Amino acid sequence: MIHSLFLINHSGDIFLEKHWKSVIGRSVCDYFFEAKEKAAEPEDVPPVLQTPHHYLISIYRDRLFFLSVIQTEAPPLFVIEFLHRVVETFQDYFGECSETVIKDNVVTVYELLEEMLDNGFPLATESNILKEMIRPPTILRTMVNTLTGTSNFEERLPSGQLSTIPWRRSGVKYTNNEAYFDVIEEIDAIVDKSGTTVCAEIQGVIEACVKLTGMPDLTLSFMNPRLLDDVSFHPCVRFKRWEAERVLSFIPPDGNFTLMSYHVNAQNLVAIPVYVKQNISFFESGSGGRLDLTAGPKQTMGKTVEGLVITVHMPKAVLSASLTATQGSYTYDPATKVLVWDIGRLNPQKLPNLRGSLSLQAGAPKPEDNPSINIALKIQQLAISGLKVNRLDMYGEKYKPFKGVKYVTKAGKFQRPACVAISHFST
Amino acid sequence: GVSGSLQHELCSADGSAARQGDEREEGLRETAMYGCGFSANDELKEMLESNKESLKLEAMKRIIGLIAKGKNASELFPAVVKNVANKNIELKKLVYVYLVRYAEEQQDLALLSISTFQRALKDPNQLIRASALRVLSSIRVPIIVPIMMLAIKESASDMSPYVRKTSAHAIQKLYSLDPEQREHLIEVIEKLLKDKSTLVAGSVVMAFEEVCPDRIDLIHKNYRKLCNLLVDVEEWGQVVIISMLTRYARTQFTSPWQEGVSFDENNEKAFYDSDSEEKRDETETKPYMMDPDHRLLLRNTKPLLQSRNTAVVMAVAQLYWHLAPTHEVSAVTKSLVRLLRSHREVQYVVLQNIATMSIQRKGMFEPYMKSFYVRSTDPTHIKTLKLEILTNLANEANISTILREFQTYVKSQDKAFAAATIQAIGRCATNISEVTDTCLNGLVLLLSNRDETVVAESVVVIKKLLQTQPTQHSEIIKHMAKLFDKITVAMARASILWLIGEYCERVPKIAPDVLRKMAKSFTSEEDIVKLQIVNLAAKLYLTNSKQTKLLTQYILNLGKYDQNYDIRDRTRFIRQLIVPNEKSGALSKYARRILLAPKPAPLLQSAFKDRDRYQLGTLSHSLNLKASGYQELSDWPAVAPDQSVRNVEVIEPCQFVYTLNLCVVSGSGSEESDEETSDESPKSSSQSGEGSSESETDQKKEKNKKNTDSKAKSKAVNRYAVDHLGVLRPPPPPTHTRCWMLSGLAVSEPLALTPGPEAGFMTSHPSSLQVTVQPFGPVKSHELLHHMSGKGLSARYHFPRQPFLYQPSMVQLQITLTNASDQPLEGIHLGEHSPASLTLHRFSPVERLEPQASVTVSMGIDFNDSTQAANFQLCTKEAEFSVSIQPAVGELLLPASLTQADFEKEQGKLLGMNETSATITMAEGHCSSAVLNKQVRSMANLGEVITGHNNTHRFAGRTVSSGALVLVTVEKREAADATITVNTDKSVMASMLLRDLKQALASA
Repeated sequence: MIHSLFLINHSGDIFLEKHWKSVIGRSVCDYFFEAKEKAAEPEDVPPVLQTPHHYLISIYRDRLFFLSVIQTEAPPLFVIEFLHRVVETFQDYFGECSETVIKDNVVTVYELLEEMLDNGFPLATESNILKEMIRPPTILRTMVNTLTGTSNFEERLPSGQLSTIPWRRSGVKYTNNEAYFDVIEEIDAIVDKSGTTVCAEIQGVIEACVKLTGMPDLTLSFMNPRLLDDVSFHPCVRFKRWEAERVLSFIPPDGNFTLMSYHVNAQNLVAIPVYVKQNISFFESGSGGRLDLTAGPKQTMGKTVEGLVITVHMPKAVLSASLTATQGSYTYDPATKVLVWDIGRLNPQKLPNLRGSLSLQAGAPKPEDNPSINIALKIQQLAISGLKVNRLDMYGEKYKPFKGVKYVTKAGKFQRPACVAISHFST
Repeated sequence: GVSGSLQHELCSADGSAARQGDEREEGLRETAMYGCGFSANDELKEMLESNKESLKLEAMKRIIGLIAKGKNASELFPAVVKNVANKNIELKKLVYVYLVRYAEEQQDLALLSISTFQRALKDPNQLIRASALRVLSSIRVPIIVPIMMLAIKESASDMSPYVRKTSAHAIQKLYSLDPEQREHLIEVIEKLLKDKSTLVAGSVVMAFEEVCPDRIDLIHKNYRKLCNLLVDVEEWGQVVIISMLTRYARTQFTSPWQEGVSFDENNEKAFYDSDSEEKRDETETKPYMMDPDHRLLLRNTKPLLQSRNTAVVMAVAQLYWHLAPTHEVSAVTKSLVRLLRSHREVQYVVLQNIATMSIQRKGMFEPYMKSFYVRSTDPTHIKTLKLEILTNLANEANISTILREFQTYVKSQDKAFAAATIQAIGRCATNISEVTDTCLNGLVLLLSNRDETVVAESVVVIKKLLQTQPTQHSEIIKHMAKLFDKITVAMARASILWLIGEYCERVPKIAPDVLRKMAKSFTSEEDIVKLQIVNLAAKLYLTNSKQTKLLTQYILNLGKYDQNYDIRDRTRFIRQLIVPNEKSGALSKYARRILLAPKPAPLLQSAFKDRDRYQLGTLSHSLNLKASGYQELSDWPAVAPDQSVRNVEVIEPCQFVYTLNLCVVSGSGSEESDEETSDESPKSSSQSGEGSSESETDQKKEKNKKNTDSKAKSKAVNRYAVDHLGVLRPPPPPTHTRCWMLSGLAVSEPLALTPGPEAGFMTSHPSSLQVTVQPFGPVKSHELLHHMSGKGLSARYHFPRQPFLYQPSMVQLQITLTNASDQPLEGIHLGEHSPASLTLHRFSPVERLEPQASVTVSMGIDFNDSTQAANFQLCTKEAEFSVSIQPAVGELLLPASLTQADFEKEQGKLLGMNETSATITMAEGHCSSAVLNKQVRSMANLGEVITGHNNTHRFAGRTVSSGALVLVTVEKREAADATITVNTDKSVMASMLLRDLKQALASA
């Protein structure tokens, strides 16, 4: 399936190549560079391209292109999904996925790529399995390796790959047994100019951090599973139990993983926690305009809004902004035309306001389109949908684990026809 | 200096490795400083050849860094390949990576490493076996194809599902290296498809898809099993299996799309062929019953819509789209919409598929319309796709909402997107007659937009809309004519000119005036505009020649000398058509009908209109062109093929075969050889076990039993197959299954039990294919060492034609050592041997050989089915003598007993490339059956197959090393003519055997 992989940085240099079948020359990337030239932004490069003899499927993440070459029919999503797994594996191993980090760890990267595909077909993509074979680098280990001349390679052969539960390695041991679940929700809403919600939906994920000895078999149940309209699971979750009883029954992977993601139906009324009053206008004559933004709380269920950041994408003609903020600080980047106002905690008694004048490029016509606004914020201890975990039970092991559930609501999108606003919430 | 900078570069190739190795490098840098002209490669070579493992590892890390950067490191091949057998796992892994990368370029050197992998293939640890197979099969060197084939076949029967999975991957590699192996590979695929392990399923289906996607028949018996395993198969395998089963189902089941109920819910729309719908209605409707297997597939794939893997969800969605009854397809909608929250690239592919689906099935996605609203942060290609879908979803009920949404898109900063929106508005206007006027007015308003692209696109769309209803819109045409001067985009200008020309009779005053202006600016217009000016001139000339005759002629003259040949051609054509002269006579009569014919309005339809000819979710669908290797989805069969093909018989609980064959040691010198055999230590005999440790312990147990029973002096080596679930089953009590086959001439007391060389394969072969031993004597003996050159030691050897006890893949040899001197010889043993890859089983040293005494010892050599000489040294206490054994090809075989039917069946599988034959004239004495039989069997160690007729003689055997079947047929013709045919997949052996047989039979 996947023939070769090229890693390309932002400026178009190929800095790593890996071939799983015979070698394909770098010149195949020229077709990609051509498409990249044409695209205004890197995100605009079409993910699926055709060349005379090959097909190119690429993803763009963390300012890097992961470009795979395939020669025959293969489901494009298969390749795309795999490439994203590669990025996630790198992030998991090195903490981030950047050119520097990849170059610094080129041998580990190569070993990982070698294990992840055999003849272009995915072999081991589970982080648990990979870590059994190739240890992630740590500062301590690097030092030890330098002093002793040993390697970051497991001397023991992995067993997980061979078991019927390929996502969990055997022989896991902890002195403190813990299982934490974070319920993270995101509001995705479209608000029109008058502030009316056109539509709103809630996306949620349950992130787990499970550090349990042995082979625990967990069951997680909800107080109100009916809220969940659409769900998708980590492969460890047993579909049949969910269908029959609406409980999550699973043998967890070791460490961090996403247990499930869900969607709460838009028909359930979604409360939007903040509002932003905005007034941005440009003068008919002369090169200038005014901006006036006010943010305020709205249905926060008694919780405090934190980490509020408002981002405005200005029209191209806006040269600079001279503004005053009653709370927090602002920056305007004339290159990207992005105004960022970092407010912080929202005080319902004293609403933050940002106002002042904008200067336009001399001679430029009055900008026609309205700037789009993004809002990011956080509210602790609130799952906006009201989803509640009922209980977590463990079978198969005798010890008593420490359990914990945390609720967080996160980033969503707001859009207004006429004025586009995207907001992110975190509870 | 040079080396320093090179080294610097190498260090940066792998920063961390460099940092780790700093201390060690210091020493090296010094070396580098002293040795001028010392290249980076030399340094790496030196590191690789050093004794320190850390230095080797360091060097390999740097080399991997070079490979990753795309730099050429092939020069280091000889130095790297030496480390292939290193004990350090990490070093070994890196060497593997290197080897796979460069083996193709350094084929000869790569061969040096092969034996390492062959050895590792027999390792008791399944992960080592798997990794050996992975690397061996990744080495793209055509010469090792037979070795790969053998390894794949063996691994496909491995007890470890992980090794079997690896062998499924190897199938594809071998197939791409040598497509001629297809038939053999299909056999392995067939075998692996029966595998019940979830680990294997995905990989073998992948191999099936690459090697023999047309062999749908192989799927029948495995269909239900695959459906049932699906949920537990790993994600990537699920995608491949679902896609294959989609194709399968379309060939095996009848359409669930009921007659009379149209698949296209919006069939009354103009662009669907209403005629065919009517015809369908006329046909009689039969009650439809879904095949339970069809239902099984739909039921078992549905839970996978909840997979976190987007490719799996898409695979199920396309399966439902292509296979499910119409009313069930919408089950996938929610999951597809969920994928739109995934990464940008995922959205792109999913939106493409939804775009195709939404043309036929608006209803599926209409409730989720808002999910397709464009966000300002979407990249252009996503925006355009969403626009496409929104347009597809538009109907009378929702059009006002959609148009309101579109209005905001038109204002987008992304001008390409704004232009696409205007196109979309045009499509809505033609598809929904209620809003045509609203849309048209909206578009006319856009004509005064400040942005040129918006105006130009509006003109183009208005032009198309006006064509559908020209009568009412002369005002708009006038308006556009007025705007003409302000518009600079060529396509828009051309469109306006075309409109004025086409409807010139509705704007009789404006049209000639526009033409006048155009005559002035003709030379500075773009080509596309020039063509329309010529058109406009011609149309006006025909309708209003009084006012425009001179202008037209002027324009035609300009066109005649234009630089563009299209324009010159068009001008000449138009002139002949409209200006009557004696040459053009006939045609100009029709000029009006030609130029002013009513033209059909253009269809504004989706770009995804005919994408449904490709299976959804495929690359071909994404690119809208047939990608190489694309498998066409067939139409439903009118009548369902036989359903019973998918029935599976109940599997017998006992799947393994326990074989014990009796081997009779031939008469000559048997006493001594038996001493040797029975004295052998258990350690060496356990080498023969290639399987798990369990099987070894079992062998030991067996051995202990035998040791107690020393009188029988017999040994047994048990091999048993393991069922596909990887569950090891104990062998049944030997007494039940032991079949003693006593045949042949001299049956002497000592008996030895050996497995057939094919014991490991028994599960796949009918029991009649077991190798049996039919000793044939007397045997020729050959000189190994003459007593003159051996300082008194003389040695002769012969092939006793028995399976070798300790290692079935070895050929047994008996060596008779004679002391021809007058001194006793001491410590006779085997010394070094070559080639190094040769495996042999030494005879135990002879302590002392008295003058004139002789002793016979037996040894085994794995010739690896080749007649290449085995060289070794025969040593005494004082001296060493190099000797060499080159076996005749006939000695590399063991007889196999086959029935005539089996023989014919096996022969049928070994045709074509695997068959060699020759016609000879036989020597006089050889014509009788008995003599012929004897001649053949003395030449080659083959078993006779009893046949009905007198003129055809058949012989069968297996090669000792690999167990490949060798079939020989001698067919007598008229007079003394005969045809010899050899069937085997060992083609070199076949031709050598044929040559030997020809000699044996033709000569006196």
